[in-house]
Amino acid sequence: MNNRSQVWKFFSSVQLAIFTLSAISLTSIIGTIVPQDRSFAFYVEEYGEVTARFFQVLDIPDMYTSWWFLTLLGLLSANLIVCSIDRFPLAWKQVTLDQTSLSKDRLEKMAYTHVIRNASSTLATTLENALKKGGWKIAKKETKDGVITAAQKYGWSRTGVYIVHASILVIFAGAIVGHFFGFKGSVLIPETKDTDKVYASKTQAPLALGFTVRCDKFDIEFYDNGMPKEYTSRLTVLENGKEVLVKDIEVNHPLQYRGMTFYQSSYEGYRDFLITLTSTTDKSTKTFIAPFQQQIKWEGKDITMGIVNAEALRDRVVRMKVWIKSSQNQPITIMVDPQKPYSLEENGLPYTVSVKQMYATGLQVAKDPGVVLVYIGCFLMMVGLYIAFFMSHRRIWILTSTGESTDLLIAGTTNKNKLGFEKTFTELLQSITNTNG
Amino acid sequence: MDSSQLLGITTFTYLFSTLLYVAIFVFKAERLEKAATAFTVIALLIQTAGIALRWVESYQMGIGHAPLTNMYESVVFFAWTIIALYLIIEWKFKTRMIGAFAVPFAFLAMAYASFSTDISKSISPLVPALQSNWLIAHVVTCFIGYAAFAVAAGLGAMYLLKDKSGNNSLLERLPPLKVIDDITHKTMVFGFIWLSAGIITGAVWANSAWGTYWSWDPKETWSLITWFIYALTLHARYTRGWDGTRIAWLALIGFISVIFTYYGVNFLLSGLHSYGSN
Repeated sequence: MNNRSQVWKFFSSVQLAIFTLSAISLTSIIGTIVPQDRSFAFYVEEYGEVTARFFQVLDIPDMYTSWWFLTLLGLLSANLIVCSIDRFPLAWKQVTLDQTSLSKDRLEKMAYTHVIRNASSTLATTLENALKKGGWKIAKKETKDGVITAAQKYGWSRTGVYIVHASILVIFAGAIVGHFFGFKGSVLIPETKDTDKVYASKTQAPLALGFTVRCDKFDIEFYDNGMPKEYTSRLTVLENGKEVLVKDIEVNHPLQYRGMTFYQSSYEGYRDFLITLTSTTDKSTKTFIAPFQQQIKWEGKDITMGIVNAEALRDRVVRMKVWIKSSQNQPITIMVDPQKPYSLEENGLPYTVSVKQMYATGLQVAKDPGVVLVYIGCFLMMVGLYIAFFMSHRRIWILTSTGESTDLLIAGTTNKNKLGFEKTFTELLQSITNTNG
Repeated sequence: MDSSQLLGITTFTYLFSTLLYVAIFVFKAERLEKAATAFTVIALLIQTAGIALRWVESYQMGIGHAPLTNMYESVVFFAWTIIALYLIIEWKFKTRMIGAFAVPFAFLAMAYASFSTDISKSISPLVPALQSNWLIAHVVTCFIGYAAFAVAAGLGAMYLLKDKSGNNSLLERLPPLKVIDDITHKTMVFGFIWLSAGIITGAVWANSAWGTYWSWDPKETWSLITWFIYALTLHARYTRGWDGTRIAWLALIGFISVIFTYYGVNFLLSGLHSYGSN
């Protein structure tokens, strides 16, 4: 029993809280100085063989998920749980306490007291009504000292600090759920191609999606100064070969499907081009991948085409020379801007053509069922902090003793924000001195 | 008149405000009290106009965005928040003595923004990652927290100064130690809540941009370290009854961590928050 209480005491102590918070803070610094998640060779080059081995032993290259760092987080959680279990009942007792069972002596020792002798018989009721109007909870009892009217407000605010502690645990729970039931991956999909799997971030192991995602188009917009303005991918979700969802995603505007989220994260340019022909009669379109300076054929349509030349500004293609030929016509060679449609009808072909450089879109893919918990935890934390710091349990007692005259003892106390309470208390007293005379 | 001129003027007006508050404190120049407040309010208005104008200018350039997106803009906003917060404290606690310890932070910030050659003052367009509604929420919440911690550090310094030098007639005019301690604590609580909100809005934003609410990048880690330092300070006060000198020192230590989170990380370490460094 003694042992158990020793252990309990250790886990509920503020000393442990100070130790774990300091230890987490100090060790966290390491990971901000030593780059994380690099190869062993990187550390050898950067810090030398001996230090690199030392790092490896201590899991420094991946310290935030190392056994010792997780142990510290575990200690913090245990500390939070045990200290809350230890202290919460006391706080709750203060909330549910019968406030009318206090003796006159106790009331006289309260931080704020005021005595009114020879009060009118209705004064206590006036006070009580004023408090009721102000939202105070009233309880009344006849005691040997007289009638005690106990008023209190925001008793539950004593739970604020426990809400904050619980919120941290909820966030941790969310992180654990995410770790075991979610995944993080990435995939590079070339335009017009699709994929039904992505690759896990750390291991590069393929993960099946259970459906297919196609990249119809990828676009980069630039500012005048050449900075990238927006990356956009048009993604189509296919279930059993049927299109079920089409969405343009941008950075900060991902695609969500079946609990998974696809984020625009990077891209890769190819030396290939996409040539799209749109029929002027029935508006049907077909896109071809054309490697630079190679002829490609539209099977069954007697059309051959290719990209003869391209002009680039830095790493982006700004103009292309496209060549198209069918057996009935002269070959056509035109300069085109990216993605601008050009009519070929003058040249005897019932199509419009548009050309762009081919890209692959880089997507981050995440499934994290723990995010909901994390957000709930964050919300609870803000609510808890507000309650813990800005709301106080305020109590006011009125002891009416009727002997030869009616005497009132008004006493008050608060667990926080003494200034605010003082103001309320004086205002209350002023309100009766006004009505009294 | 363009925004950089207005913000340049602000640097000098905050210098003048600093001098006025120091004069009130050192030379007991009571006649200057109202003038110092009035002048600081005007300086704040000029700076507000400067920030607003910079916002308008960015729209005129066709790349409209809130002026909170690079080191220069954030330092300017930091100074703005310090002054706004200081004026609220002056009004609430009815003392001008804190001015000499809080306003200099705003002046130093503006001087750094105006004269440093490390940071670019130009309005540049936003890279795709920064184009989010969370940008304003994240930056504003963080900087209200940072500004509160700056003021708390000023108060901590004030406490230590008064505590160390005993019956110095100059320091007698400072508020009583108990009052300084109380305001320091309240300011830290205020900052702590805003820092919490700043970290949370950052996490939500990161999740909507990259699918990870927490990736232990140096900025995130340092903001957590800062959060822990203030959490420890508050626990020491509530559960161990720490006050006075020890809390004053913690206000200073906490602020060093804030400065490192804000500034040191951008220039000394690399990570996701690299946009802030130019």
